[in-house]
Amino acid sequence: MPVATDSNTQRLVETLTARRDVFVGQWADTVGEALQGRLSAAELGRELGELYEAVLQGLASGGLSGRGEAFGEVRSLLIELSRNRARQGFTPTETARSVFALKEVLEPSLTGDAEGARVYLQLARLLDDLGLLTAEAYVRTREEIISSQAEQLLELSTPVVKLWDGVVGVPLVGTLDSARTQVVMEKLLQTLVDSDSTHAIIDITGVPTVDTQVAQHLLKTVLAARMMGAQCTISGIRPQIAQTIVALGIEFGDVPTIASLSDALRQAVKEVAQEADDDVRGLL
Amino acid sequence: MRDYAATGAPPESLSVGNSSDVVMARQLVRTLAQRTGLSLVHQTKLVTAASELGRNMLIHGGGGIVRAATVDDAGRTGVYVEFEDRGPGIADIELALTDGWTSGDGMGLGLSGARRLVDEFGIESGPDGTTVRIVKWGR
Ligand SMILES: Nc1ncnc2c1ncn2[C@@H]1O[C@H](COP(=O)(O)OP(=O)(O)OP(=O)(O)O)[C@@H](O)[C@H]1O
Ligand SMILES: [Mg+2]
Repeated sequence: MPVATDSNTQRLVETLTARRDVFVGQWADTVGEALQGRLSAAELGRELGELYEAVLQGLASGGLSGRGEAFGEVRSLLIELSRNRARQGFTPTETARSVFALKEVLEPSLTGDAEGARVYLQLARLLDDLGLLTAEAYVRTREEIISSQAEQLLELSTPVVKLWDGVVGVPLVGTLDSARTQVVMEKLLQTLVDSDSTHAIIDITGVPTVDTQVAQHLLKTVLAARMMGAQCTISGIRPQIAQTIVALGIEFGDVPTIASLSDALRQAVKEVAQEADDDVRGLL
Repeated sequence: MRDYAATGAPPESLSVGNSSDVVMARQLVRTLAQRTGLSLVHQTKLVTAASELGRNMLIHGGGGIVRAATVDDAGRTGVYVEFEDRGPGIADIELALTDGWTSGDGMGLGLSGARRLVDEFGIESGPDGTTVRIVKWGR
């Protein structure tokens, strides 16, 4: 890559400084048009004005390399811009165009003579690089958004509910992998504490396949609940699942298994009442 | 075990490289089992066996390929599934098929349990990898 000579950046800095207001105005107009008013003109003007200033600073402190030290401020502004655009639902193209539009604005003013054209090319290279940086930051933000949505979905798909006084239910739906088990376990333990419950029913009616991995995760969850002093029951074991579990050789040990959730609930409610009775008797 | 790979419908295949691929493989097998008209209990057993073997292939064999097809033999129809990996292989198959034996932190029931869940079970293993073949027949 050719190293920028002082005269190159000098000419640029002079032009950009002299016509600052015109350029920023045109830039904001071009971008605003592409975004079709989805961002207010005032906001755009402020955002691009700041960016323009930072680019100017970068050029003035002698750089044409977007990844160089002189453009640190530009980069953080761009990352900020990309993050906002990604969150506001703009496309990556729209986001990168915010940067590329400055080329369109500067081209007619710089390419009048051979010297200007050379300077313009170097600036164009810089802006291309900054545009790429924008796209990278955009993608990173989208990924963050997606993975946080996946987490939220995981949370939503593992409801832990208080079924009765002292009884908490966990209706599992879908596959039970390690990540899911972790969420279920944490929510179950928290709900046991919050609702001051002593019984937990894990219902697996909605789990299509119970293999050794699922079984291991179920047992882990039961163990965790027991360590909090809660009694745990597994319900919703359909006949075909029961036969499969037996053939696989899985044993749930002393964990009670009950076919239907309603039977499990009835049982738990009876036990809770019994415990309350015992408590009262103990006080007398 | 007969060479079912050579008979029946051309297999549908799926490469398994992560745990969501195992879920996909399970779905592939479930679809075939339903199409073949296997009873709900047989479907569930076959899918569970496929889940175990698919995950073994992923965890112990570093991933591989699942092939599944409908097969016919002497008037009955069934589902054939093959799991092929290029992992380190199983040094002692007898031991690996022992209930409760695991080289990791599993229950050690996947391989032996899968064998009990299906009608035919074949396993070949060497330093170049492991192939497990299973068939579940309809009525
Ligand atoms: N495809 C394979 N390649 C290499 N080794 C394997 C393969 N499949 C199984 N094994 C070996 O056989 C052992 C027993 O397998 P098995 O599926 O029964 O138990 P596991 O996978 O350890 O635990 P889990 O009960 O969770 O399945 C494994 O621990 C592993 O050492
Ligand atoms: Mg296994």
